[in-house]
Amino acid sequence: MIRLQDVGKIYRSKRGSVEAVVNVDLTIERGEIFGIIGYSGAGKSTLIRLLNMLEAPTSGSIQIDGVEMTTLRPKELRGVRKNVSMVFQHFNLLWSRTVEENIMFPLELGGYPKARRKERVAELIQLVGLDGREGAYPSQLSGGQKQRVGIARALASNPDVLLCDEATSALDPKTTDSILELLVDINKKLKLTIVLITHEMHVIQKISNRVAVMEAGKIVEQGPVAEVFRHPKQAMTKEFVKQLTSSAENELTFAKLRERYPTGKIVQLTFVGSTAESPILAEVMKDSTLLFNIIGGNVGQTQDGALGTLFIQLIGAEQETQAVIAKLQASDVEVEVDHR
Amino acid sequence: MSKWFENVDWLVMGQQTVNTLYMTGVAGIVTFVAGLLIGLLLYATNEELLFKNRTFYGILSFFVNIFRSIPFIILIILLFPVTKLVTGSIIGSTAAIPALIIGAAPFYGRMVELALREVDKGVIEAAESMGATKIQIIYKVLIPEALPAIVSGITVTLVALVGYTAMAGVVGGGGLGNLAFIDGFQRSQNDIIVVATLLILVIVFIIQIIGDVLVKKIDKR
Repeated sequence: MIRLQDVGKIYRSKRGSVEAVVNVDLTIERGEIFGIIGYSGAGKSTLIRLLNMLEAPTSGSIQIDGVEMTTLRPKELRGVRKNVSMVFQHFNLLWSRTVEENIMFPLELGGYPKARRKERVAELIQLVGLDGREGAYPSQLSGGQKQRVGIARALASNPDVLLCDEATSALDPKTTDSILELLVDINKKLKLTIVLITHEMHVIQKISNRVAVMEAGKIVEQGPVAEVFRHPKQAMTKEFVKQLTSSAENELTFAKLRERYPTGKIVQLTFVGSTAESPILAEVMKDSTLLFNIIGGNVGQTQDGALGTLFIQLIGAEQETQAVIAKLQASDVEVEVDHR
Repeated sequence: MSKWFENVDWLVMGQQTVNTLYMTGVAGIVTFVAGLLIGLLLYATNEELLFKNRTFYGILSFFVNIFRSIPFIILIILLFPVTKLVTGSIIGSTAAIPALIIGAAPFYGRMVELALREVDKGVIEAAESMGATKIQIIYKVLIPEALPAIVSGITVTLVALVGYTAMAGVVGGGGLGNLAFIDGFQRSQNDIIVVATLLILVIVFIIQIIGDVLVKKIDKR
């Protein structure tokens, strides 16, 4: 659906040049939710703007649905843009228009027949759950409602691709979840390909099928979400995964437990899919004389099933500890030993 | 009443009020259209997304600054040849109108440019991402989003124009300013100055109130 080959973007100014995107190769399949994660300044905002040519790349090729974007004439590009919609962090609604008129905006641009606009808008309002707010102005809406308008507006022209530029970053956690659910819902209902950028691992975990990690303009790691969570290879990726698994409180507990049981081993267990939902730990520990302390853990849902992490401290003989770790690994549990 | 304002000829006062309204009105309408155009040109030729053209912007901006900087009373005198050419006379209310427009339109043009610059760049980017043409961005996004500032700008400009008509009156234009200066000041009839001033104040207040009400009505932020 979307193919990027060796894409680069350099900003040149009098004070020198900045490489925002460097040698990016990326393939995004039709109908998937693809997440791009990175800290601010990693180049993800530029990357997503290259996909609808709000920014033109300095080098490389960008194809959407087989159409080479970089060589399109302005008129052709405007046509393609109706097929590649965008949702923004700060919503970017016209405050001078009501909810209904905002959603109608792309239909007006497209010369949609007047009589059918109202009909289409009514459908969209229903889809994003804004019934009853048709006549409100953006200033009268909450952040979550504004983003719903933004999503409805993006869907009005019946696009195949939806680009989400930090679509939930300005929202509180609860509203974020409801918007993410809406995105998954429309992804399924409309068979829409969604590309989203974010700095929150939670967003990736919750809705993405695949993820790419960006650092300094490059994609340093990519793959299916569960896979990347289980075996994060790059330091940057590990850092993002940590956003979900450990908290500062855990670190405090670690320190205390290390002091109390100097011979104990603190290990992080990662369970994916069915292993997250079965009593593996109990089975493994059944015929062991080891003691264990549960420090903390959580289970989250990804698009491909549950994902759990658990921090425990194993106390006992070294040999037996190793045996237990081997058994856990044999049952498809990822084990990471804390060596401090 | 007639004892306090013994020198006031109410019929003349009424006629000159009409003249002031006439000059302000005609010059105001032309200034609105011309200023909007100047403001749009200034904005569009200085904006990457639209029709960026540094040379054009530089020249237009230079002329706007020149006409905005010349004190109005001097501008009228400088424009006498132009006025003569356009209206056939340099005396009377109609003769004042070209100078009023040339004095006010660049002033208003700058205000329109500022109003357009205040429009959120993100909204323009959103329109662009939806496949809007540059022209559609101008009339569907920029103007509606900047409308409150455009309207409050014309209110300020109209108030300034009322002041300009009074200055024009001193050098041969008609209206309440002319009456206050010629019949009032030069003939030491203070009651005429007072009445003319009060009428000008009333006109200004009415313009301001209408402007404020309109802005309040269209501003949905």
